[in-house]
Amino acid sequence: MAPPLPLHLAVALDGAGWHPAAWRLPDARPTELLTAAYWTDLVTEAERGLLDFVTIEDGLGLQSSHHDRPDGRTDQVRGRLDAVLTAARVAPLTSHIGLVPTATTTHTEPFHVAKALATLDYVSLGRAGWRMQVSARPDEVGHFGRRQFPQLNITDFTDPSVLAFVTELFDEAADFAEVVRRLWDSWEDDAEIRDVATGRFVDVAKLHPIDFEGPRFSVRGPSITPRPPQGQPLVTALAHASIPYRLGARAADVVYITPADADIAGATVAEIREHQAAAGRAEQTVHVFADLVVFLGDTDAAAQAGRDRLEELAGAAYTSDAPIFTGTPQGLADRLLAWQEAGLTGYRLRPATLPGDLRAITRGLVPELQRRGAFRTAYPGGTLRGLLGLPRPANRYATV
Amino acid sequence: MTKPPRQIRLGAHFPGVNNTTVWSDPRAGSQIDFASFTHLARTAERAKFDFFFLAEGLRLREQRGRIHDLDVVGRPDTFTVLAALAAVTDRLGLTGTINSTFNEPYEVARQFASLDHLSAGRAGWNVVTSWDAFTGENFRRGGYLAAEDRYRRAEQFLRTSWQLFDSWHGDEVVADKDSGTFLADAGAGAFGHHDDQFDITGQFNVPRSPQGRPVILQAGDSDAGREFAAATADAIFSQHNTLEAGQAFVADVKGRLARYGRGHDELLVLPAATFALGDTDAEAQENALQIRRQQVSGQTALLFVEHVWNRDLSDHDPDGPLPEDDPVVGENTIARGRASVRQIRDPLAIARQWRELAEAKKLSLRELVIEVTGRQTFIGTAATVAAQLDDLVQQRAADGFILVPHVTPGGLDEFADKVVPLLQERGSFRADYETETLREHLGLPPRPTLEGELR
Ligand SMILES: Cc1cc2nc3c(=O)[nH]c(=O)nc-3n(C[C@H](O)[C@H](O)[C@H](O)COP(=O)(O)O)c2cc1C
Repeated sequence: MAPPLPLHLAVALDGAGWHPAAWRLPDARPTELLTAAYWTDLVTEAERGLLDFVTIEDGLGLQSSHHDRPDGRTDQVRGRLDAVLTAARVAPLTSHIGLVPTATTTHTEPFHVAKALATLDYVSLGRAGWRMQVSARPDEVGHFGRRQFPQLNITDFTDPSVLAFVTELFDEAADFAEVVRRLWDSWEDDAEIRDVATGRFVDVAKLHPIDFEGPRFSVRGPSITPRPPQGQPLVTALAHASIPYRLGARAADVVYITPADADIAGATVAEIREHQAAAGRAEQTVHVFADLVVFLGDTDAAAQAGRDRLEELAGAAYTSDAPIFTGTPQGLADRLLAWQEAGLTGYRLRPATLPGDLRAITRGLVPELQRRGAFRTAYPGGTLRGLLGLPRPANRYATV
Repeated sequence: MTKPPRQIRLGAHFPGVNNTTVWSDPRAGSQIDFASFTHLARTAERAKFDFFFLAEGLRLREQRGRIHDLDVVGRPDTFTVLAALAAVTDRLGLTGTINSTFNEPYEVARQFASLDHLSAGRAGWNVVTSWDAFTGENFRRGGYLAAEDRYRRAEQFLRTSWQLFDSWHGDEVVADKDSGTFLADAGAGAFGHHDDQFDITGQFNVPRSPQGRPVILQAGDSDAGREFAAATADAIFSQHNTLEAGQAFVADVKGRLARYGRGHDELLVLPAATFALGDTDAEAQENALQIRRQQVSGQTALLFVEHVWNRDLSDHDPDGPLPEDDPVVGENTIARGRASVRQIRDPLAIARQWRELAEAKKLSLRELVIEVTGRQTFIGTAATVAAQLDDLVQQRAADGFILVPHVTPGGLDEFADKVVPLLQERGSFRADYETETLREHLGLPPRPTLEGELR
């Protein structure tokens, strides 16, 4: 058998972990979730495991067990910090790992998001990314008071008005991403000339209006922030169905999917590749990572016992949009390598508990993958794009 | 026993996009690399400054329809840089400009509450109202706001933000592992704000931060701006840095406080100040002139005069006289996105004044601009400058200063090394930090929340 291709590995950080009772474990730090030390410790641990990047979850409403509204619960972690600021706070204290905060496309300004992520790229010396996220929650609309959402049961995808609404939000997100990428390109890399002889600091021929005009917003540009170190920070998106697969294929460098098994993973990768070709991006590398929630233990029984304990604390069985893995790091390595054959190029693991399952990933899974020749043994140095084998994008406005 | 001297407050303005930042100097470094921000912030912290200050602009400035290319161009996002600076400093306040026109309160309040958590209570917000439709072309909202409405939005924006900051009281997160109670109150963060600017309801999702609310700075100088500061701000970033003008300004803005039930110590007046140092006073004068020449090239001088004349003067000679015709009166169309242009309220009067000055002193156009614009506030040896700064504070022409160095990022080094120790010897500046939060550093009283409790 051919040696496995090297995997890419990301970890999704959120609160005390993805299990709603994770904050009650002895090593959880639930009173420190809003401190810099907590996030620094987590990201430093992920960097110790040589992971490609961490994502940081976010949202413009309170966390909820419901998809579309707050739940009024008091037994789970509620309250969180802005993810871009959290990533920036950690950036100077780390040196290799990618930092991929979540930012919403529905209520925010593309101009602000573009310059924030460009700045994250500067403060991290080329390690910034973005998880773009659409928000369909009516309560978040109320936080802004700027638009109206239709009254819909947005989980009912058979309803044509739901489909139309969701399509609209994702098309807006695609426009948003287009604006963001154009703004990153709106300065050519060598626009700053500092020409003492003519007194000119910049060459205005290398600064470009982006003149984006769309049905939802228009943005003139250029950005106020020079093109960031990576040219364009990494763009990523989570996708569960065809409309979001299409967004990912059109707009993202990494698409996270949530397949129940390897066959579905294969079919989804194929669908994304089709959308990618239709969008004229067939030649570009678009990574497809599977998301997995992981409950890890030294033995299968220990992992299961840990999960049982959490479910007992929560008083309910754990469910997720993503597949759930319960077992040992060795078993997880088997799973990751087996599913890779479906065409996946990496994984975004969601630790059920923090720091417990994160440590099991960095100190158990990673050495196991290294033994099998499937994971790096050192950071190569360079940018997040470089780590993922992505080129530095050519600037669309540059005339050579 | 003599009374201890009044304490000076000091902020460090990052020299970035600014018509005083000299980029042609051999010591000038990057205005965008994070290392530059780290350098200035660490220098300010080493010198025990109250805060670091970052300005903001949301569209590249233009003149005659062309991007202005003679000054430093390119700046980072305010929040992102401040959050990163929290990692490389411990006590320094981290303040930045955030516009109230092209943002929404829920988002800005989240960002400031996050910054305050991530910096353990060091966040400060310079609320500005820059409004023009030119800048609006970069935003969904566009340039919808008439100039007279912008302070109305700013004030409601700030009051709405306060409501969001105060929507958590600070005791809701109990995180009791045994009982399984994370939140003491399911309704934490609930808010509803309804006025002519904002009609929003919901639940704020950042629990109360160490300062509760960031320290508020205000930088407008119009009557509306001063009133806004008196009503809402903790500190006002002013342009009046001489004894008489400073005392008049202090009297004016502090005189407005009583109307809002506020005391004299609740609003600090912090003029922007520049400096030129030397080993002797004469050498400092020489350095000052040299800096002015670096700041105002012939091209820069011409463009500056265009702001007043409001027309293309590119065929004029900067080493020749001022234009003979009068300025074009009305809306300024020659320059866009420049704060200085907004300050020109009577161009004919300015032109008359300048002509008289040029004639009396036999100045060329460029020499005139060097003469009338942004001269260094403090010029002299470290001892001279320390005495000048201190006198202005002791004589109540200011509560402190926001220093604007002219070189990135090392422009504050000499001030930190030479002037600050002299202020410390005088007993008018702290020898070390004694408090944790920015609000405490500034000696500001705790602010009442909307519910009237002191927190
Ligand atoms: C010292 C000073 C600093 C300022 N800094 C900024 C800034 O960083 N960004 C900005 O958009 N406006 C800035 N402004 C503009 C003001 O906040 C304000 O919007 C403008 O002066 C118009 O208000 P006014 O008519 O009350 O003076 C500054 C103004 C002053 C006086």
